[in-house]
Amino acid sequence: MSAPRTLFDKLWDAHLVHRFAEGPVLLYVDLHLVHEVTSPQAFEGLRRAGRPVRRPERTVATVDHNVPTGDRSLPLDDAIAAKQLDALALNARAFGVELFDLASPRQGIVHVIGPELGLTQPGMVVVCGDSHTSTHGAFGAFALGIGTSEVEHVLATQCLVMSKPRTMEARFTGRLSPGVTAKDLILALIGRIGTAGATGHVLEYTGEAIEALSMEERMTVCNMSIEAGARAGMIAPDETTFAYLDGRPRAPGQRDWGRAVTAGRQLRSDPGAAYDRRVDLDAAAVGPQVTWGTSPGMVTDITGYVPNPADFPIVEERQAVERALAYMALTPGTPLEGLPIERVFVGSCTNARIEDLRSAARIARGRTVASGVRAMVVPGSQQVKAQGEREGLDRVFREAGFEWRNSGCSLCLGMNADVLRRGERCASTSNRNFEGRQGAGGRTHLMSPAMAAAAAVAGRLVDVREWEVGAA
Amino acid sequence: MTLMPFVRHTGKCAALPRADVDTDQIVPKQFLKRVERTGFGPALFHDWRYRPDGSENPEFELNQPEAADATILIAGANFGCGSSREHAVWALAEYGFRAVLAPSFADIFSANCCQNGLVPVRLPADAIADLVRRCRVGGGGFRLTIDLEQQRVDDGAGFSTTFSMEPYRREMLLRGLDEIGRTLLQEDRIAAFERSHA
Repeated sequence: MSAPRTLFDKLWDAHLVHRFAEGPVLLYVDLHLVHEVTSPQAFEGLRRAGRPVRRPERTVATVDHNVPTGDRSLPLDDAIAAKQLDALALNARAFGVELFDLASPRQGIVHVIGPELGLTQPGMVVVCGDSHTSTHGAFGAFALGIGTSEVEHVLATQCLVMSKPRTMEARFTGRLSPGVTAKDLILALIGRIGTAGATGHVLEYTGEAIEALSMEERMTVCNMSIEAGARAGMIAPDETTFAYLDGRPRAPGQRDWGRAVTAGRQLRSDPGAAYDRRVDLDAAAVGPQVTWGTSPGMVTDITGYVPNPADFPIVEERQAVERALAYMALTPGTPLEGLPIERVFVGSCTNARIEDLRSAARIARGRTVASGVRAMVVPGSQQVKAQGEREGLDRVFREAGFEWRNSGCSLCLGMNADVLRRGERCASTSNRNFEGRQGAGGRTHLMSPAMAAAAAVAGRLVDVREWEVGAA
Repeated sequence: MTLMPFVRHTGKCAALPRADVDTDQIVPKQFLKRVERTGFGPALFHDWRYRPDGSENPEFELNQPEAADATILIAGANFGCGSSREHAVWALAEYGFRAVLAPSFADIFSANCCQNGLVPVRLPADAIADLVRRCRVGGGGFRLTIDLEQQRVDDGAGFSTTFSMEPYRREMLLRGLDEIGRTLLQEDRIAAFERSHA
């Protein structure tokens, strides 16, 4: 009998095309997602070498990083961004790749539309020239971000050269408390193991708290695997996964559905399968998380305080904390609750799906954004936007004083016009609080959609648990 | 793409001993709109190198006169974390770096380095700390030899250590191989895989 295997082992074995004598393997890629920022040089490489895209039908493109989130009937006022969007349109046409462009009702953040269309499926190897490709692991896929040279490699060969990563189980026992979300779970994990805590590893999230999550919540968790340094994150598919996929435009159709579900049910770690490492976390003990520094691992409960650099024994860590506090303009010992903010961003591939918007809208309903605060909601896709409008969420947000915009990566990385001004402090549902990430000199505090919405109303960081009571 | 092979390089060092330097710092997002692989050198560490008014920030490590023309970067742990942008590697290479030495690298960054002939050398934290000290004492005169064939780092003045690298990546770097061309030699196997999974 063969040794028990982890979910990741099974996916790896099922995609092995060839083993090179020097160690790594050729791994077959089932789905390649492409966007405008990391692909032009890859297509150019193909063109120069006279190579075609090997499997255009396994390749899907959209525009998200660079796109304006305002009025789409206007021409782009950023000529360089427009050139990049044009390049993708040209490349998609020339190489026969399907593109969801700005005019498409299916356009959106690449990691939102993949699952939404049913393109992302259990058992797949999914790649994209974007580190947050880990999102798709929520379906029991091996999904990883790659660089542009590797994008070109996958376009040309439909394979990736890779050495097998190690595995790490992150087990979440217990249940989430009210007011605490998937975002808080993953931030708490990153706080625990650090931003390089899972480098070289594929994280598999297991345990009661994970099983109880919806698909969208699972995507939030897997999305930020990269912020723990992981090569990928994944969750075994179950009935929640199949129910989400059922009926989606690119999911297996009726004829193949039974077989797909049967195959999907095999995709779980065998009892006794060995992980290289394991970390346990009590989900019930996790409170709403807020970052205070310039790295996602610099995080604490909303009831916590800005730390003192002197409490960090390792020199490099102490210096990093000092730098972070200087950049964030924070003083050791300051409570996070009550910290005034000027900007709020509800959006990004981490937290811009319909459940995220509902969660923020529950807080915003019947309330008003504090004076002096600019708050924006950027749905993850045009489909999420349309769904939000069907549910009247756009009205809830607009009446409260939030901007309701078109989809894209937007203020998560500030490549378009949506940026923080120098010194502005932002409550953000995105995934990175790096220096300058949302705009040069901008100060980012990462948190859940409900926490961000509450911060918008209060004009400062607050504990949303005190608000959930009585909220509709 | 065929690369310049990297067998052995001797060059001047610059130290940037900060932990968790993310690729947003290496190349800020406002420079990611180019559709070419070139032109990223001036964007390297832009928001650290320049003040908001556009003038050079004299405090930044790479702006020190001693760091001019360095080809080897000595960096902190988890270097290159965050975004997958290969632009970060293109910028480091175009600026003139041939190798980066650090206690650890983020996975995607490390893979991107090998695709572009920029050698990521992983050394224990205390060895990196030693190199940072030697670099400071050397005041701009500190040079290292990185021998990829022997997998050795040597300053010719007492510091000498070996490093490990995946044999496949090492081979690629040593010979400047085109990975796509190499993979396409396995065409029969890829086609067979596709047939059996159709």
